[in-house]
Amino acid sequence: MLKFTQDHEWVRIEGDAASVGITQYAQEQLGDLVFVELPVVGKRFEKGAPAAVVESVKAASEVYAPIGGEVVQVNPAIVADPALVNSDPMGAGWFYKMKLADPAEVDALMDEAAYKELLG
Amino acid sequence: MMAHPAENVSALKQTPLHALHLAMAARMALFAGYDMPIHYPLGVLKEHLHTRSAAGLFDVSHMGQIALRPRSGRMADAARALERVVPADVLSLAPGRQRYAFFTNSRGGIIDDLMIGHCGEHFALVVNANRKEVDEWHLRDALLDTCTIDVLEDRALLALQGPAAEAVLARLSPSSASMRFMDIRPISMAGVNCVISRSGYTGEDGFEISTPARDAEKVARALLADQAVTLVGLGARDSLRTEAGLCLYGCDIDESTTPVEAALDWAIPKVRRWGGARGGNFPGADVVLEQLERGAPRCRVGLQPRGRAPVRAGVLLYADASASQSVGAVTSGTFGPSAAGPVAMGYVPRALSRPTTLLFADVRGNRLPVEVTELPFVPHRYKR
Repeated sequence: MLKFTQDHEWVRIEGDAASVGITQYAQEQLGDLVFVELPVVGKRFEKGAPAAVVESVKAASEVYAPIGGEVVQVNPAIVADPALVNSDPMGAGWFYKMKLADPAEVDALMDEAAYKELLG
Repeated sequence: MMAHPAENVSALKQTPLHALHLAMAARMALFAGYDMPIHYPLGVLKEHLHTRSAAGLFDVSHMGQIALRPRSGRMADAARALERVVPADVLSLAPGRQRYAFFTNSRGGIIDDLMIGHCGEHFALVVNANRKEVDEWHLRDALLDTCTIDVLEDRALLALQGPAAEAVLARLSPSSASMRFMDIRPISMAGVNCVISRSGYTGEDGFEISTPARDAEKVARALLADQAVTLVGLGARDSLRTEAGLCLYGCDIDESTTPVEAALDWAIPKVRRWGGARGGNFPGADVVLEQLERGAPRCRVGLQPRGRAPVRAGVLLYADASASQSVGAVTSGTFGPSAAGPVAMGYVPRALSRPTTLLFADVRGNRLPVEVTELPFVPHRYKR
């Protein structure tokens, strides 16, 4: 199940686990990324808390936790090569995986049709 | 977030190339009161790299262009008058040459930095966009008795920068190739009478081209017709000048920083220092010349972060990883696409200004090691 946030993150939910990344629209808006900072495994976030940082030449931007939970895995490939987020934001450019604190929170997220409508 | 009131949006100033930026799908933003291109579809990173490998074309028409003409008709009179407000050697500036300078205030702080070009019968000044009015009033106060002061509102300014700039410009104006760094000349290009200087703000060889506003797009399109040239926005202009170790007014220098603190003492020649034939006699001379002799309490230095994280303007610097009292701050910092890593500069106490000194930058609560380093990060490639 693929869900989206108003802050242009995507969440792919499999049972009580979810992988998280930023959308094609987000990577276009940010431009070529040159630095990514990911959370440490074991870190717990509330929904909406700053979870990662991405930087372009121009500016640093925070990536918020789309949903509450605990980080169980991160993607070191995007730290080594931030351009992966630009070239494949929905695939190889994923950020981290988390165990959901409350799977019911998923209901508040947008589905793909609603997200596309948000982009207009 | 607050929306801009509509009247403010319509009050944004536009350069003569505004329509070209929109046609080229630029991302626009407010800068110094102007609606300016931050980047084009190519993006900041690739625009930066293209400038260092071929040529970038920048619209810098927001900058102020001012003509100073001596009322007596004698350029030496205008030169002596200008020396009352800048600690530069203007009197020896030859026709066809340009020099970097700064206006100082009574405390030795920098009111603005500028270029002064000797155009034969007048001096052509280029000043920062957000200091235009301040500079104009400062000049009127100090020079109106000897000079007429005209702010040239009807001119555009383009910068063509990069290793291909010389060949590109030579195809349109063959005589430009014989210019050296900091030469300035009237040159016809694409049928337009331009004033061209061999200078810029990227550390690369290149030219700044002043044109009548109505002809700016014609000149820009003639340059863009060359496949070596791409449009570059203010985003890459900032990363290019930071790698080149060049100051941005309002970030690295302002009314509270002296030229000595800012490591711009190279622009104050012997003749304007104590013991020089025209030593002193500029605002704040006592402070500035004293610092030249004895050293300033703090200095602008290059800062090389050891990790990959950019260390940006406003970040505080500490002498060690646990110190509670900061010793300085970063004034410019970014990821340098050509340096292939983060680059920064900032102010530190003189005792901590020696290259290889290790400091710590507080980035989002983490103390990241940064090393004091020589500037620039990318060697200048001027055609001297």
